Amino acid sequence: MLKQVQHDIKTLSNLCEKPLCSLRLKKKNKMTTQDALFQYTLRLGDTNLILGQRLSEWTGHGPFLEEDLALTNIALDITGTAKSLLEYAASIEGKGRTEDDLAYFRNDRQYFNAQITEQPNGDYARTIVRQAIIDCFDFYFYNELAKSKDETLAGIAQKSIKEVTYHLRHTSSWVERFGDGTEESHNKAQTAVNELWQYTGELFEMNEVDAVLIKEGIAVDLNIVKAKWEKHITELLEKSTLTKPENVFMQTGSRKGIHTEHLAYILAEMQALPRMYPDAKW
Amino acid sequence: MSDNQGPVWEIFLQKKAGQPFVHCGSLHAFDKEMALQNARDLYTRRNEGVSIWAVPSNAIVASSPEDIGPFFEPANDKVYRHPTFYQIPDAIGHM
Amino acid sequence: MEVNKFEDVFEGKLAKNEMVEPKDWMPDNYRKHLIRQISQHAHSEIVGMLPEGNWITRAPSLRSKVVLLAKVQDEGGHGLYLYTAAETLGISRDELLDNLHTGKAKYSSIFNYPTLTWADIGAVGWLVDGAAIMNQVMLQRTSYGPYARAMVRICKEESFHQRQGFEIMTRLAFGTEDQKAMAQDALNRWWYPTMMMFGPPDAESPNSENAMKWRIKRETNDQLRQRFVDQTVPQVQYLGLTVPDANLKWNEAKKGYDFSEPNWVEFKNVISGNGPCNKERLAARNKAHNDGAWVREAAQAFAKKRNEIYVAA
Repeated sequence: MLKQVQHDIKTLSNLCEKPLCSLRLKKKNKMTTQDALFQYTLRLGDTNLILGQRLSEWTGHGPFLEEDLALTNIALDITGTAKSLLEYAASIEGKGRTEDDLAYFRNDRQYFNAQITEQPNGDYARTIVRQAIIDCFDFYFYNELAKSKDETLAGIAQKSIKEVTYHLRHTSSWVERFGDGTEESHNKAQTAVNELWQYTGELFEMNEVDAVLIKEGIAVDLNIVKAKWEKHITELLEKSTLTKPENVFMQTGSRKGIHTEHLAYILAEMQALPRMYPDAKW
Repeated sequence: MSDNQGPVWEIFLQKKAGQPFVHCGSLHAFDKEMALQNARDLYTRRNEGVSIWAVPSNAIVASSPEDIGPFFEPANDKVYRHPTFYQIPDAIGHM
Repeated sequence: MEVNKFEDVFEGKLAKNEMVEPKDWMPDNYRKHLIRQISQHAHSEIVGMLPEGNWITRAPSLRSKVVLLAKVQDEGGHGLYLYTAAETLGISRDELLDNLHTGKAKYSSIFNYPTLTWADIGAVGWLVDGAAIMNQVMLQRTSYGPYARAMVRICKEESFHQRQGFEIMTRLAFGTEDQKAMAQDALNRWWYPTMMMFGPPDAESPNSENAMKWRIKRETNDQLRQRFVDQTVPQVQYLGLTVPDANLKWNEAKKGYDFSEPNWVEFKNVISGNGPCNKERLAARNKAHNDGAWVREAAQAFAKKRNEIYVAA
């Protein structure tokens, strides 16, 4: 019992040092490159982890067997990328934490995944539209990140480009099938686009983390990604006979660790076992 | 519209560039692009190939078991189709 | 040719250990038996995704999460290979699925047991896949070509599954006290259901005789069960766990273990729908299928608009 309490205190103090408190301190102390790189990598890792978690909820429940396997392949790639990124984040931090410590012992307010990734799967059109939006973002994002001066991030990006190129091809073809399939599928896809659009603004937000790292040639200028993403997604929606929403009020928050209500439930499920047995190794 | 799993496709994989395409199995898909993607996701999860052919099952014409005699046995006695049928003088060596 | 002649050709192939192929003549009973066996096997893979998939979102490390995802996906792939093998016998995927969804077709009763803890994922990989592999290795030489070829592919892929399960068990058995207790509890609950996987005792197995004759099956239920016990007991000992069977004893004369039979009354009940999870499993399969109907319809409509018409085989 005492051991567990000590462990909890240790974990809590670890968590308080970063990333929450560092955000608060940043106005007084200038953010170091290392701090920024940690935050940045965490953001990318969290985004992949939560998306992979959502996608893997479909495994065994897909609309037909072939597609069940296809979506699981995507979930696997994305969860694998999350693992590499969190491993790297842990090594940047240099405090002896592992990728699993980062995944399983942070609370929702210490997670920096984009809010769109935590949105419920809904029907298959919603899952596919969410995925296509992110695949399209990732495609241009990782193509830029592959040029990063940080060799590890560039390496992870290079591996991801190939995966993401395929994901985008797969999800785009489904957006087309839904948009130009039956009336029912069209309506479901359009509803998904309309309701998910409010989470797309966040993907391109930049803060001090980005500023510090862009100066060093490490981070991606998201304005570049945004222009390409908009062009691509607009064309995809058009080709699919779907309408792009205009003048949508964009949600925001994940860069500060503020999320929709869904994330805490995802984490409660994902983290239950390691938190129940904090001394155990799996 | 009737609910179904889509038509059956036969999948052929090329293991390495330059090698022949070999039948590896079947799957269901509603269109060409889906057939290719499903083949990739189902039959190349462990680096089994570098190229895929997908063919609608009903486009394949196959010989019947009863054809074995008339189709294949007449080739048995045409030994002159094989290089070993011919004698090359030792002096010539390999030809 | 008359039927008798066809039969001679068929019997001749079996006698010469040759494969029977889809277009070859085969006795009706052979075809029916194969459809039943292959589709049961396919359904088992698909339903088997559910108890294991149950823990993907709760896997306790990122490594174990990706491994489990890949494994459950493999099971789906195996189901798919088997469905397509069954389809070569003249039954459609739709019919096969209907049979599963209406409860007409059976699947391995083992998947009607719940996965209650993470250790169950270890036990399923280690014991259940271990038992399945014994059946499957034998089926690589089965007499029906498409089935045998599917089994070759499955066995090649399956080889990591049992190791994955045993690795989980090892980490638990050599971990904290709580983890070790979790491992023992899983072994206690999965031991007998796994033994049931080989089917009823030979004396009471109605389909065995033909299956052996046709080389659809190559070893009897009891032979396989004995081999499973003999192979698994040393692994249990390595883990420092205890087989939940007071009668388990080495028999020097037969060079194998004596052991208690599983509860065959329970077996019959689980098979006929009264297991702990039968209803959930079928409901989950039906829900996925029904929820997917509009997706398949959309794909069909889209293909039609693009003039991609292939007659559904």
